Amino acid sequence: MNQISKRAKWLSTGAALLITLCHVVPYYILITTSLKRAGDFSSKWLLPDYFSLENFTLAWEEANLSTAFMNTFIITIAAAAMLIIFGSLAAYALARRQTKLNKYIYMLFVAVMVIPPLTALVPLYQLVVDAGLMNTRLVAILNNVAAFLPLTIFLYAGFIRSTIPKELEEAARMDGASTIGVFFRVVFPLLKPITATVLILSCVYIWNDYQFAIFFLQDSDMHTLTVALSSFFGQNTSQLGLVGAAALIASLPMVILFLLLQRFFIEGLAAGSVKG
Amino acid sequence: MAKMLPSDAEPKRLTKRRRESSLWWMYLPSVLLVFLFIIYPFFDGIRISLTNWNGFSQIYDYVGLEQYKRMFADPDTWLVVKNTLLYGIGSAILQNIIGLGYALLLNQTLKIRSLTRTIIYLPVIISPIVMGYIWYFFFAYQGGALNDIISWLGMEPVNALGNPDLNPFIIVFVNTFQFVGVAMIIYLAGLQSISKDYYEAANIDGASSWSKFKNITLPLLMPAITINIVINIIGGLKLFDVIVSLTNGGPGNASQSMSTFMYSLYFARQDAGYAATQGVLMAVIILVLSMAALIYFKRKEVEA
Repeated sequence: MNQISKRAKWLSTGAALLITLCHVVPYYILITTSLKRAGDFSSKWLLPDYFSLENFTLAWEEANLSTAFMNTFIITIAAAAMLIIFGSLAAYALARRQTKLNKYIYMLFVAVMVIPPLTALVPLYQLVVDAGLMNTRLVAILNNVAAFLPLTIFLYAGFIRSTIPKELEEAARMDGASTIGVFFRVVFPLLKPITATVLILSCVYIWNDYQFAIFFLQDSDMHTLTVALSSFFGQNTSQLGLVGAAALIASLPMVILFLLLQRFFIEGLAAGSVKG
Repeated sequence: MAKMLPSDAEPKRLTKRRRESSLWWMYLPSVLLVFLFIIYPFFDGIRISLTNWNGFSQIYDYVGLEQYKRMFADPDTWLVVKNTLLYGIGSAILQNIIGLGYALLLNQTLKIRSLTRTIIYLPVIISPIVMGYIWYFFFAYQGGALNDIISWLGMEPVNALGNPDLNPFIIVFVNTFQFVGVAMIIYLAGLQSISKDYYEAANIDGASSWSKFKNITLPLLMPAITINIVINIIGGLKLFDVIVSLTNGGPGNASQSMSTFMYSLYFARQDAGYAATQGVLMAVIILVLSMAALIYFKRKEVEA
């Protein structure tokens, strides 16, 4: 019995090792590709026999990655902040005041979660042009906020209903605090766990967003990392080393954050994956 | 404070009014944003689908259901719908089978468990457009990693991404690779919530591994299966980024999904009315399929 289960464990470990190796292959290829100078056509399976970060410095400048980093950073942070403030406020009212109006509004948010925003690409694009918001960071921020608000409200409302005791708010109100005061001083600090989930979820998706960005941020000064990368790829299809280096640079911040805060990332993304 | 209240009835009325006020100003910004960027465009899209608008001109006509007739008669529509269904259903099946397999494997106490989990999950936080380029390095005709192996084996290099019979499957593969970690995590959570008592009882009865899997694990995992199938179908049906970076929809329209097709109709061909019509079809397909999957699997949950 023991002998068999020991053998089974070895077999499982072997299988896990094999799977891990298979999943590492694309990253390995990315690294070998990005380390090779232009004109080095050796196999992608082999590391170069020299060490050069030439591709990284070239890609940083030619793909205009510093601007792209700044744009992506501003859009992600601003959108996440708006999501947290608007989303928690809305969820609080909808979770605590079960009026008829509020029930309909909540149902509306849940229903909107099913509509993929980009099926309405044509009118959305026209709306943005008419509002004079083309090629502004603001449009990327607002679009992302609108796209993730229903899910954010859904997550906050569920959390408020199930874990925040009403008595706390009532006690604070007895002391004469206003509704908004109660919310920010008493309720909001208690929402930390779900705020962390919303923050991680929105940061990952908005940092990586390509669809909104490619439609609305075509001006190169407004490029986010994903758009900068795709236009850089268009210009350098024969110099994959440069593209690889740019792709690596663009992904690094999220990968580092993920490795440091892995547990929060996995829990947060699983909670939000209901929307995909 | 209490002195200021003239009677017992007063505070009651006040709290009642308070409780009944909707606090509508708290959700007003959210409602405005969602209305402006999601609900209004959705209905305006239906209106535009009834026109022959080119996307920039001030003048256009309402043409009734002409665009819909054109859409159903267009062979490209069916090619693109077929691809979209392949991306949606194909990825959902693969991600669930592989994700469940990984979860069963990693549900054991293995030394390399957390490393394996991290590596499998990592692509989820990488942009799909980047993931597409990484796999482009692998599948590229010239200098791709796959062709290195093929030529070492003494065979002719293959143009996998340029082959219209093959590249939709590569897109399914890359999408699966990227998001199988999500399915795995959801299944792992599901497996950990199953009480060990069931398995111990089954062991006493001398049940085989397969019958334990079929009669205990699978039925109790039904809620996780439902979530996974629905989110993977929706994710696959909406697929855009990976296609842009791997094949850009080509050759011709061979690997186009509804999202990328709509994009090219609108931006490359200025065919806004028709693009809006394709958008309506895409919304309908996503709604119908995700609801059908949800209802089907929810019913199975009840049976199990």
